[in-house]
Amino acid sequence: MTEDEILQTLTRILRDLLMDDSIVLAMDTRREDVPAWDSFNYINFIVALEMEYGIKFKVSDVESFENVGAIVKQTKALRS
Amino acid sequence: MMNWLPAATDFRDQLKSILASADSNGRFDKLAALAHHRLNVIETLQLDGALGKCPRDAEATPAPIRLALLGANTLDHLAPAVRVAGLRRRILFDIHIGSYGQYRQELLNPSSQVHRFRPQIVLLSLSSRETLSALPLSSTEGEVQALIEQRIDEIRHLWRTARETLGAVVIQQTVLDVADPVFGSYDCVVPAAPCRVIARLNERMAQAASADGVLLLDIAGAATRQGIQFWHDRSRWLQGKLEIAPLAAPMYGEMLVRIVAAQRGMSRKCLVLDLDNTVWGGVIGDDGIEGIVLGEGSAAGEAHLALQRYAKQLSERGIILAVCSKNEAAVAEAAFRDHPEMILKRSDIAAFVANWNDKSENLRVIAEQLNIGLDSLVFVDDNPVERARIRESLPMVAVPELPEDVSDYVPRVAEAGYFEAVAFTAEDRQRAQQYAANTERDLLRGSVQSIEDFLKGLDMSVDYGPVTPVSIDRVTQLINKTNQFNTTTRRYSPEEVVARSTSSDGLAFQFRLLDKFGDNGIVSVMILRPDDNERDVLEIESWVMSCRVFGRELEHEAMNIAVEAARDRGVRALSADYIPTTKNGVIRDLFPSLGFAPSDKDTPSNGPSRWILDVKNYDAHKTHISRIEKPQ
Repeated sequence: MTEDEILQTLTRILRDLLMDDSIVLAMDTRREDVPAWDSFNYINFIVALEMEYGIKFKVSDVESFENVGAIVKQTKALRS
Repeated sequence: MMNWLPAATDFRDQLKSILASADSNGRFDKLAALAHHRLNVIETLQLDGALGKCPRDAEATPAPIRLALLGANTLDHLAPAVRVAGLRRRILFDIHIGSYGQYRQELLNPSSQVHRFRPQIVLLSLSSRETLSALPLSSTEGEVQALIEQRIDEIRHLWRTARETLGAVVIQQTVLDVADPVFGSYDCVVPAAPCRVIARLNERMAQAASADGVLLLDIAGAATRQGIQFWHDRSRWLQGKLEIAPLAAPMYGEMLVRIVAAQRGMSRKCLVLDLDNTVWGGVIGDDGIEGIVLGEGSAAGEAHLALQRYAKQLSERGIILAVCSKNEAAVAEAAFRDHPEMILKRSDIAAFVANWNDKSENLRVIAEQLNIGLDSLVFVDDNPVERARIRESLPMVAVPELPEDVSDYVPRVAEAGYFEAVAFTAEDRQRAQQYAANTERDLLRGSVQSIEDFLKGLDMSVDYGPVTPVSIDRVTQLINKTNQFNTTTRRYSPEEVVARSTSSDGLAFQFRLLDKFGDNGIVSVMILRPDDNERDVLEIESWVMSCRVFGRELEHEAMNIAVEAARDRGVRALSADYIPTTKNGVIRDLFPSLGFAPSDKDTPSNGPSRWILDVKNYDAHKTHISRIEKPQ
């Protein structure tokens, strides 16, 4: 699975969650760049991602993700 | 989890197409249909988002219930799950979520947001953390007990506030046991060991709730069955103070709404069983009585027996049992009579339909025979094709998905929670016998010439009087569960019924019908109050009657009794509203048939109507029911 494929999946998940198909995620997107991506929806997003890939992030990972790229990389690492 | 619901195919596409459709009227129905699938927490959030975009059409959607979720932890993630569980039953919720940890202040401060919100239901979701942090491990038995009592007193005070100042129904959630063992098995005998404290807290809370008429949401019990790791996820607790794991949120919402629905009389009433490979293993038509797999000596045979045992338990708590099977009736009935291992007997089955007709047709027959709605039925069938067909043709019938292995049939049916109850009354305990007696009454009906002879042969008497404290639970249950013979479909809490039965100017009558086959229990309730407009008129505010006694002239005798009570009080007339619903068409002509006249000639034929009866000129109806009057 490539980083780009994961990024596409993350985009789809966030679009579904926030019901906004105009969202476009890039590796350097930060949470505050996306309106409505609040802490409530951040946890939902992590839950959705963990269900999608059958993975579980460490709490230390989740609180230190700087941007979408960090989430993508950690997802890839947990899947391999 | 939620495995009794069928899997959703193409959930994402279905949701998108519903949202894109121009027909906004049908949207609510389509979303409700989608809610009848097994949805995970994310799909639940999405469905809730779509529901939020659905215009609330006062005609097509019911009035929302105002629910306040209050508690010590983060509860925001539970609201979407509650709304979707509501959608599954076509109940809408307006939800107020209390601020984090502020439940005391919000309940006790009369100018708080909760008070302005005026909730009809208050849910208190507490955790064990506050209690545990106040109890060092070295605390003595007496110290633990004192602290728990103090905590219970505090919770009861909050309940009282919610009920008395907000007039809300209170639902108290049990506390999850999220503690780790400190000593090991020895925890069981250390008074302040966390698992002990939590167990006692839950036990005392249940006792207090029962004494105070508060309803319990027992997620602690659910967690014992389904696993604490499913219900509580430490990372989510650390990340956002979520005591309830997001993955468990849909189950939480479902369990909560079951209680709300049960209180509104929306729980299912009847378990309909298929026979071959459900009640027993094998096909009786092919294998014969001696060939079916049932009972000791075979693991599968014992599993089928376990399902029978569970059905029997349900029947003992007042759930009606029925059979719907593709079989020769004589062959199927012979198994009930002649197979030595059968736990269910023919007399346990209130409606027995075995033939080669389509099962959806037979389910209609069963509902009709039992005089209950199709939406009161749960149909258990091992055959996935039959299940799919019933869901398609009769979507109001609940049809659980069954696992491949018969050993899991019972837990599957049980976890589906179709028969959620908020009371267990004497009438519930006797219902099975009453239905068996009904079968005998029907035999009598078939053997006599006229309805007149039938009624005469029943030897009926009515035991009536004001509602008593002993019967308050049954009376409230009857009022809130009855949909057919219900003149106004007003619902009452036990407190409201008590208030009416003890008020000096109102009246609340209960009627118990007896006949030679037994006691039918309290089967009718009539609540009267002075008419708002005219003080010398008594208004029938609510009148309900169990469908089990339709056609027995009880409505006539009850009206005779009401008129006598009105005359005793020097009242000039009785007034009554008939408020039509989709379910009470059976009493459309009740008031005119009892001698009432329309109060306004121009009342539209399909809307609510008001009726008046002049008590002076009332001729008592002749009935076949004699009176047993209780001393007042």
